[in-house]
Amino acid sequence: MPRSLKDVVAGTLFVLFGLGFALGSLEYETGSAARMGPGYFPLVLGGLLTALGGLIVARGFTGGEEGPIGGVSWRAVGFILAAVLVFGVTVRGLGLLPATFIAAVLSALASRRTSVVNVALISVGLTVASMLIFVVALSLRLPLVGPWLRF
Amino acid sequence: MDLIGNLALGLSTALTPENLLFCFIGVLLGTLVGVLPGIGPTATIAMLLPITFTLQPVTSLIMIAGIYYGAQYGGSTTAILINLPGESSAAVTAIDGHEMARAGRAGPALATAAIGSFVAGTVATLVVILFAPALASAALKFGSAEFFSLVVLGLIASITLARGSTLKALAMIVLGLLFSLVGQDLYTATPRFTFGARELFSGINFVSVAVGMFGVAEVLRNLEDETTRTALIRTVKGLWLTRDDRRRIVWPVVRGTALGSALGVLPGAGHVLASFASYSLEKRVSKTPKEFGHGAIEGVAGPESANNAAAQTSFIPLLTLGLPAHPVMALMVGAFIIQGIIPGPNVIEKEPALFWGLVVSMWVGNLMLVLLNLPLIGLWVRLLTVPYSILFPAIIVFAGIGTYSLSSNAFDIYAIAFFGILGYALLKLGCEPAPLLLGFVLGPLLEQHLRRALIISQGDFSIFLTRPVSAALLVAAAIALVLAVLPSIRRTREIVFQEEDPV
Repeated sequence: MPRSLKDVVAGTLFVLFGLGFALGSLEYETGSAARMGPGYFPLVLGGLLTALGGLIVARGFTGGEEGPIGGVSWRAVGFILAAVLVFGVTVRGLGLLPATFIAAVLSALASRRTSVVNVALISVGLTVASMLIFVVALSLRLPLVGPWLRF
Repeated sequence: MDLIGNLALGLSTALTPENLLFCFIGVLLGTLVGVLPGIGPTATIAMLLPITFTLQPVTSLIMIAGIYYGAQYGGSTTAILINLPGESSAAVTAIDGHEMARAGRAGPALATAAIGSFVAGTVATLVVILFAPALASAALKFGSAEFFSLVVLGLIASITLARGSTLKALAMIVLGLLFSLVGQDLYTATPRFTFGARELFSGINFVSVAVGMFGVAEVLRNLEDETTRTALIRTVKGLWLTRDDRRRIVWPVVRGTALGSALGVLPGAGHVLASFASYSLEKRVSKTPKEFGHGAIEGVAGPESANNAAAQTSFIPLLTLGLPAHPVMALMVGAFIIQGIIPGPNVIEKEPALFWGLVVSMWVGNLMLVLLNLPLIGLWVRLLTVPYSILFPAIIVFAGIGTYSLSSNAFDIYAIAFFGILGYALLKLGCEPAPLLLGFVLGPLLEQHLRRALIISQGDFSIFLTRPVSAALLVAAAIALVLAVLPSIRRTREIVFQEEDPV
C-alpha cells in the first residue's frame, strides 16, 4: 500500500498529461535547437512533466503528503458541470435568457440543502439579476432569445 | 527626470470623471464580492474581469486595480468578523483581528485595517512612482536570453512560497506551460493540440482557465461539506480608535509599510510573506508579546499595512518587466493582453498616459477604499450573512455569462468545465492552482524568448550563461529552488501556512 495515495494519484495524473503532450508533439516538426519547430518545446515540457510525475509517484510510496483525499459530493460535481456545459450548448440556440435560467436551476440543485421552492426562487432571482447586470447595466449585445425559439 | 510632468499626466488621466467613476465602481464591486465568504480576491477578479473588457484600456485597467484593492479589503473584513480570510495574506489579520471582534472591538479592528491600508497604499504608490521608471529603462536593454531567464526566475520564485510540496508546484507550472501552447504556433502557424477544432486555434482563453480553476473548483470544494455558517458578529459599533489605540498603531503601520513595500516587489507570493514577516516582527518588538493572539491591535495594524503596501509594489515587476508576481497579477497580464497592450518595459514609454494614470489611480483607489468602507461597514456585515446556497449558483451563472460575453465562443464555456473539474481534482490531491495559472500566462513568453535567443546564438545553449544578467537571473532561480527544498525552510513554511484558509 502506498504511503500517500494523494501523491500517487497526482503523480499519475501528471504522467498521463506529460505523455499525452509529448506524444502529441511528435506529430509536429521538432527541428533543432537553432531552428526549433513547433514540436520542440512541447516535447521537452511533456518529457519534464512525465519525469516530475514519476518522481511524485515514487515519493508517494516512500513518504509524501499525508492525509486522506476526502469525500466528494458527486451530486455537486454532476450538477455544476451540467450547468456549465448546458449553458455552453444552449446559449447560442436558445438565447441568453433561457440558457441563464437553465444554468441557474441546474447549479442551484447542486446543494443538498436547497429545497425545491428555494431552487425556484434562487433561479428566478438570479436570472433577473443577471439580465439587469449584463443586459441593462453593461448593455451586453447578446440575443436574449435564440433561433431555436423563433418560429 | 520629469516627475512632475508625469504625475500631472497621471492625475489628468486618473481624475477624468469616467475613470473616477469606474475606479469607484471597481472598489465597490471588489469589496462587495470580496466580503462574501469563501470568495477570495483571485476568484473575485476572475469573475468580474469580463465586465471590464468593453471599456477603454486605461479605464478597464483602473477598474480592475480598484476591484483588486476592494477585494483585498473585503477579505480582511471577513477575516476580522468571521475568522474566514479570503486569501492567504489576510490569514494573519484573522489571528488578532478576530479576537478583537470577539471582545467587542470589531469597529477599531476594521478602522485600523482601513487606516493602515491607506497609509501603506500611499507610501507604496510613491515607491512605484520612484522606482518603476528606472527599472523599466534597465529592462529595455534586455535581450531574449535575459527575458527567458527572468521568466524562469519568476516561475521558480512563485513556488518558493506556494503551500505544500515543491515537486507538485513544479509539475503544476509545467502543466500550465503546456496548456498555454494549445493553439497556433507563433513562428510556423501550425495548430498544436487543437484536435482539429478551429475554435482552439487562438489558444485556450485564460479567463476560462482562471474562472474554472479558482471559481468552479472552489465551489465544488465548498459543496463537499455543507455546514451552516453563523456570523458571530452582527453589529459593529464604535469605529473610532481611542487615543491609546492611535498611539499603539503608529509604529506597526510604519514598519509594516516598509516591509511590505520591499517584499511586494519579489516575484512569488511577496504579499503573503510580507504580512507574516510583519506579524512576527511586531510580536518580537512588542513589550507585551503575550497579548498577541488575544486581540493585540498591533497584530492587525502591521500585517494589514504590509499586505497592502505589497499589493501596490507588486505592480512594479508587472509594469516594468511584464512579470506577474502572483495570480492576481497574472490576471492583470491577461487583461493587458486582451486590451492589446503587452505589459513590460515599453509600457511607460509607449503608453505614458496609461502607465501614470494607473499609478495615480492606485492612490485614488486607496482613498476611495477608506471613504467607502468606514461608512458602509454595516452593509458589509449584513452581506456576511448571505447564505452560500445563493452565492454559488450566482458564481456559476456570472462566470458563464461573463466568459461568453468576451467572444461569444461556446468553447470558452466548455473550457471552464474542463478546468473546473481538473482544478478540483488537483486541489483534492494537494496541488495549488496558482502556479498552473502563472505557467499558463507566461508560457507563450517563455517559448518565444527561448526560440529567439537560440536562433541568435545558433543553437548554443550557453548563451543563457555567458550573458551576465541572464546568468545572474538563472543563479537566483537555482538558489530559490534550493531554498524551496531545504528542510529548515520547509519547516518554517509549514508553520507559516498552517493556519491558512483556501485562496
